[in-house]
Amino acid sequence: MGNPMKIRAASKDGVTEIKVLMSHEMETGQRKDANGATIPAWFINEVTAKLDGKTVMQAQWGPSISKNPYLAFKVKGGKAGDKVTVTWVDNKGDTRTDEAMVT
Amino acid sequence: MRTQQFERRQVLTFLGALAAAGFVVPRAAFANWDKAAFEAKTVDDALKALGAGTPASSGDVQIIASDIAENGAVVPVQAVSKLPNTERIAIMVEKNPNMLAAAFDIGPETIPEVTARIKMGQTSNVLVVVKADGKFYSAAKEIKVTLGGCGG
Repeated sequence: MGNPMKIRAASKDGVTEIKVLMSHEMETGQRKDANGATIPAWFINEVTAKLDGKTVMQAQWGPSISKNPYLAFKVKGGKAGDKVTVTWVDNKGDTRTDEAMVT
Repeated sequence: MRTQQFERRQVLTFLGALAAAGFVVPRAAFANWDKAAFEAKTVDDALKALGAGTPASSGDVQIIASDIAENGAVVPVQAVSKLPNTERIAIMVEKNPNMLAAAFDIGPETIPEVTARIKMGQTSNVLVVVKADGKFYSAAKEIKVTLGGCGG
Protein backbone atom coordinates (compact mmCIF):
# COMPACT_ATOMS: atom_id res chain seq x y z
CA MET A 1 0.00 0.00 0.00
CA GLY A 2 2.76 2.45 0.76
CA ASN A 3 2.40 5.70 2.62
CA PRO A 4 -0.08 8.39 1.55
CA MET A 5 0.84 10.79 -1.23
CA LYS A 6 0.89 14.50 -0.67
CA ILE A 7 -1.23 16.15 -3.34
CA ARG A 8 -1.62 19.89 -3.77
CA ALA A 9 -3.84 21.29 -6.48
CA ALA A 10 -4.47 24.98 -6.93
CA SER A 11 -6.57 26.72 -9.56
CA LYS A 12 -5.53 30.18 -10.74
CA ASP A 13 -6.59 32.14 -13.85
CA GLY A 14 -8.25 29.07 -15.40
CA VAL A 15 -5.23 26.79 -14.93
CA THR A 16 -4.95 24.12 -12.27
CA GLU A 17 -1.48 23.24 -11.06
CA ILE A 18 -1.18 19.76 -9.59
CA LYS A 19 1.80 18.77 -7.46
CA VAL A 20 2.25 15.25 -6.14
CA LEU A 21 4.84 13.89 -3.74
CA MET A 22 4.82 10.10 -3.49
CA SER A 23 6.44 7.93 -0.90
CA HIS A 24 8.39 5.10 -2.53
CA GLU A 25 11.88 3.61 -2.35
CA MET A 26 12.39 3.58 -6.14
CA GLU A 27 15.11 0.93 -5.89
CA THR A 28 17.00 0.78 -9.19
CA GLY A 29 18.09 -2.86 -9.19
CA GLN A 30 21.68 -1.65 -9.67
CA ARG A 31 22.66 -1.39 -6.02
CA LYS A 32 24.18 -4.14 -3.92
CA ASP A 33 23.66 -4.80 -0.22
CA ALA A 34 26.44 -5.31 2.34
CA ASN A 35 26.87 -8.95 1.25
CA GLY A 36 27.29 -8.02 -2.39
CA ALA A 37 23.87 -9.34 -3.40
CA THR A 38 21.94 -7.19 -5.85
CA ILE A 39 18.96 -5.41 -4.32
CA PRO A 40 16.05 -6.17 -6.66
CA ALA A 41 14.47 -3.32 -8.57
CA TRP A 42 11.37 -1.90 -6.91
CA PHE A 43 9.90 1.21 -8.42
CA ILE A 44 6.66 2.89 -9.42
CA ASN A 45 6.15 2.28 -13.12
CA GLU A 46 2.74 3.76 -13.78
CA VAL A 47 1.06 6.91 -12.54
CA THR A 48 -2.39 8.12 -13.52
CA ALA A 49 -3.81 11.50 -12.55
CA LYS A 50 -7.45 12.47 -12.93
CA LEU A 51 -9.05 15.86 -12.58
CA ASP A 52 -12.78 15.73 -11.94
CA GLY A 53 -12.87 12.12 -13.13
CA LYS A 54 -11.09 12.82 -16.42
CA THR A 55 -7.61 11.40 -17.01
CA VAL A 56 -5.23 14.32 -17.55
CA MET A 57 -1.88 12.58 -17.22
CA GLN A 58 -0.60 9.06 -17.59
CA ALA A 59 3.03 8.52 -16.82
CA GLN A 60 5.27 5.53 -17.25
CA TRP A 61 8.36 5.58 -15.11
CA GLY A 62 11.62 3.69 -14.96
CA PRO A 63 13.99 3.28 -12.00
CA SER A 64 15.80 6.52 -12.93
CA ILE A 65 13.07 8.50 -11.15
CA SER A 66 14.27 9.66 -7.72
CA LYS A 67 13.26 8.10 -4.43
CA ASN A 68 10.03 9.62 -3.11
CA PRO A 69 9.03 10.86 -6.56
CA TYR A 70 7.78 14.36 -7.22
CA LEU A 71 5.56 15.21 -10.15
CA ALA A 72 4.15 18.61 -11.10
CA PHE A 73 2.07 19.64 -14.09
CA LYS A 74 -0.66 22.06 -15.13
CA VAL A 75 -4.08 21.50 -16.65
CA LYS A 76 -6.33 24.02 -18.41
CA GLY A 77 -9.63 24.33 -16.61
CA GLY A 78 -10.50 22.93 -13.25
CA LYS A 79 -11.94 24.93 -10.39
CA ALA A 80 -11.90 25.02 -6.62
CA GLY A 81 -13.68 21.97 -5.22
CA ASP A 82 -12.82 19.67 -8.15
CA LYS A 83 -11.41 16.34 -7.17
CA VAL A 84 -7.87 15.29 -8.09
CA THR A 85 -7.20 11.54 -7.99
CA VAL A 86 -3.70 10.12 -8.35
CA THR A 87 -2.94 6.40 -8.60
CA TRP A 88 0.43 4.70 -8.80
CA VAL A 89 1.32 1.08 -9.52
CA ASP A 90 4.77 -0.35 -8.84
CA ASN A 91 6.62 -3.20 -10.53
CA LYS A 92 5.59 -5.59 -7.74
CA GLY A 93 1.92 -4.89 -8.48
CA ASP A 94 1.42 -2.78 -5.36
CA THR A 95 -0.81 0.24 -5.87
CA ARG A 96 -2.03 3.27 -4.02
CA THR A 97 -4.66 5.93 -4.79
CA ASP A 98 -5.05 9.28 -3.04
CA GLU A 99 -7.39 12.20 -3.54
CA ALA A 100 -7.30 15.93 -2.96
CA MET A 101 -9.53 18.92 -3.61
CA VAL A 102 -8.53 21.74 -5.91
CA THR A 103 -8.18 24.98 -3.94
CA MET B 1 -20.06 -31.77 -0.49
CA ARG B 2 -16.76 -33.52 -0.21
CA THR B 3 -16.44 -33.75 -3.97
CA GLN B 4 -17.15 -30.04 -4.38
CA GLN B 5 -14.51 -29.11 -1.85
CA PHE B 6 -12.08 -31.35 -3.58
CA GLU B 7 -12.79 -29.71 -6.93
CA ARG B 8 -12.37 -26.27 -5.44
CA ARG B 9 -9.05 -27.26 -4.01
CA GLN B 10 -7.98 -28.64 -7.34
CA VAL B 11 -8.89 -25.42 -9.08
CA LEU B 12 -6.97 -23.38 -6.51
CA THR B 13 -3.96 -25.63 -6.84
CA PHE B 14 -4.15 -25.26 -10.59
CA LEU B 15 -4.34 -21.45 -10.35
CA GLY B 16 -1.47 -21.49 -7.87
CA ALA B 17 0.62 -23.52 -10.26
CA LEU B 18 -0.17 -21.08 -13.06
CA ALA B 19 0.81 -18.13 -10.89
CA ALA B 20 4.03 -19.87 -9.88
CA ALA B 21 4.81 -20.50 -13.52
CA GLY B 22 4.38 -16.80 -14.18
CA PHE B 23 1.25 -17.11 -16.27
CA VAL B 24 -0.96 -15.21 -13.88
CA VAL B 25 0.96 -12.08 -13.05
CA PRO B 26 -0.81 -8.94 -11.86
CA ARG B 27 -1.53 -7.87 -15.42
CA ALA B 28 -2.81 -4.45 -14.44
CA ALA B 29 0.65 -3.53 -13.22
CA PHE B 30 2.13 -4.02 -16.66
CA ALA B 31 -0.82 -3.13 -18.83
CA ASN B 32 0.74 -0.09 -20.45
CA TRP B 33 4.29 -0.15 -19.27
CA ASP B 34 6.61 -0.13 -22.26
CA LYS B 35 9.11 -2.77 -21.13
CA ALA B 36 11.25 -2.64 -24.28
CA ALA B 37 11.71 1.11 -24.04
CA PHE B 38 12.49 1.13 -20.33
CA GLU B 39 14.94 -1.76 -20.54
CA ALA B 40 16.78 -0.24 -23.49
CA LYS B 41 20.45 0.34 -22.75
CA THR B 42 21.15 2.93 -25.41
CA VAL B 43 19.39 6.08 -26.54
CA ASP B 44 18.96 4.65 -30.05
CA ASP B 45 17.29 1.49 -28.75
CA ALA B 46 14.96 3.46 -26.50
CA LEU B 47 14.02 5.82 -29.32
CA LYS B 48 13.33 2.82 -31.54
CA ALA B 49 11.16 1.20 -28.85
CA LEU B 50 9.22 4.45 -28.47
CA GLY B 51 8.75 4.58 -32.23
CA ALA B 52 10.61 7.87 -32.34
CA GLY B 53 13.33 6.96 -34.84
CA THR B 54 15.61 9.97 -35.10
CA PRO B 55 13.74 12.91 -33.61
CA ALA B 56 14.38 16.36 -35.08
CA SER B 57 16.17 18.73 -32.75
CA SER B 58 13.75 21.54 -31.89
CA GLY B 59 13.99 24.85 -30.09
CA ASP B 60 10.36 24.40 -29.08
CA VAL B 61 11.42 21.64 -26.72
CA GLN B 62 13.05 22.96 -23.58
CA ILE B 63 14.75 21.40 -20.61
CA ILE B 64 14.71 23.56 -17.51
CA ALA B 65 17.26 22.34 -15.01
CA SER B 66 20.36 23.69 -13.35
CA ASP B 67 23.69 23.12 -15.16
CA ILE B 68 25.22 21.48 -12.12
CA ALA B 69 23.48 19.00 -9.85
CA GLU B 70 25.10 18.69 -6.46
CA ASN B 71 23.26 15.49 -5.64
CA GLY B 72 22.76 13.06 -8.52
CA ALA B 73 20.10 11.18 -6.54
CA VAL B 74 17.68 14.07 -6.84
CA VAL B 75 17.93 16.21 -9.97
CA PRO B 76 14.85 18.36 -10.61
CA VAL B 77 14.08 18.60 -14.32
CA GLN B 78 11.28 20.41 -16.06
CA ALA B 79 10.44 19.37 -19.61
CA VAL B 80 8.53 21.92 -21.67
CA SER B 81 7.06 21.59 -25.14
CA LYS B 82 5.82 24.62 -27.03
CA LEU B 83 4.66 22.46 -29.94
CA PRO B 84 0.93 22.29 -30.62
CA ASN B 85 -0.82 18.94 -30.02
CA THR B 86 1.89 17.56 -27.78
CA GLU B 87 0.85 14.03 -26.85
CA ARG B 88 3.87 12.62 -25.11
CA ILE B 89 6.98 13.83 -23.31
CA ALA B 90 9.83 11.45 -22.49
CA ILE B 91 12.88 12.16 -20.35
CA MET B 92 16.10 10.21 -20.87
CA VAL B 93 19.46 10.26 -19.11
CA GLU B 94 22.04 9.18 -21.67
CA LYS B 95 24.54 7.63 -19.26
CA ASN B 96 22.19 5.93 -16.81
CA PRO B 97 22.03 2.12 -16.95
CA ASN B 98 18.28 2.39 -17.61
CA MET B 99 18.34 5.56 -19.57
CA LEU B 100 14.63 6.13 -20.09
CA ALA B 101 13.45 7.81 -16.89
CA ALA B 102 9.88 8.67 -17.73
CA ALA B 103 7.30 8.96 -20.47
CA PHE B 104 4.33 11.22 -19.82
CA ASP B 105 1.16 10.85 -21.88
CA ILE B 106 -0.70 14.07 -21.56
CA GLY B 107 -4.34 14.80 -22.15
CA PRO B 108 -5.60 17.54 -24.52
CA GLU B 109 -6.29 19.89 -21.59
CA THR B 110 -2.92 19.31 -19.99
CA ILE B 111 -0.26 21.96 -20.57
CA PRO B 112 2.85 20.24 -21.95
CA GLU B 113 5.12 21.15 -19.03
CA VAL B 114 6.07 18.46 -16.56
CA THR B 115 8.42 18.57 -13.61
CA ALA B 116 9.99 15.46 -12.12
CA ARG B 117 13.06 14.54 -10.13
CA ILE B 118 15.46 12.08 -11.68
CA LYS B 119 18.57 10.16 -10.65
CA MET B 120 21.83 10.64 -12.47
CA GLY B 121 24.77 8.30 -11.94
CA GLN B 122 27.24 10.72 -13.50
CA THR B 123 27.51 13.86 -15.62
CA SER B 124 25.39 13.19 -18.69
CA ASN B 125 23.23 14.60 -21.40
CA VAL B 126 19.57 14.70 -20.47
CA LEU B 127 17.26 14.30 -23.45
CA VAL B 128 13.67 15.31 -23.73
CA VAL B 129 11.76 13.72 -26.58
CA VAL B 130 8.36 15.13 -27.50
CA LYS B 131 5.69 13.60 -29.69
CA ALA B 132 3.49 16.26 -31.21
CA ASP B 133 1.07 15.80 -34.11
CA GLY B 134 2.50 12.31 -34.61
CA LYS B 135 6.06 13.59 -35.11
CA PHE B 136 9.01 13.41 -32.75
CA TYR B 137 11.21 16.30 -31.61
CA SER B 138 13.97 16.47 -29.06
CA ALA B 139 16.30 18.65 -27.06
CA ALA B 140 19.38 17.84 -25.01
CA LYS B 141 21.10 19.50 -22.10
CA GLU B 142 24.22 18.45 -20.26
CA ILE B 143 23.87 18.35 -16.49
CA LYS B 144 27.05 18.04 -14.46
CA VAL B 145 26.81 15.82 -11.42
CA THR B 146 29.22 16.36 -8.55
CA LEU B 147 27.90 13.43 -6.45
CA GLY B 148 26.53 10.36 -8.22
CA GLY B 149 23.02 9.16 -7.53
CA CYS B 150 23.39 5.42 -7.84
CA GLY B 151 25.56 4.64 -4.83
CA GLY B 152 22.62 5.39 -2.58
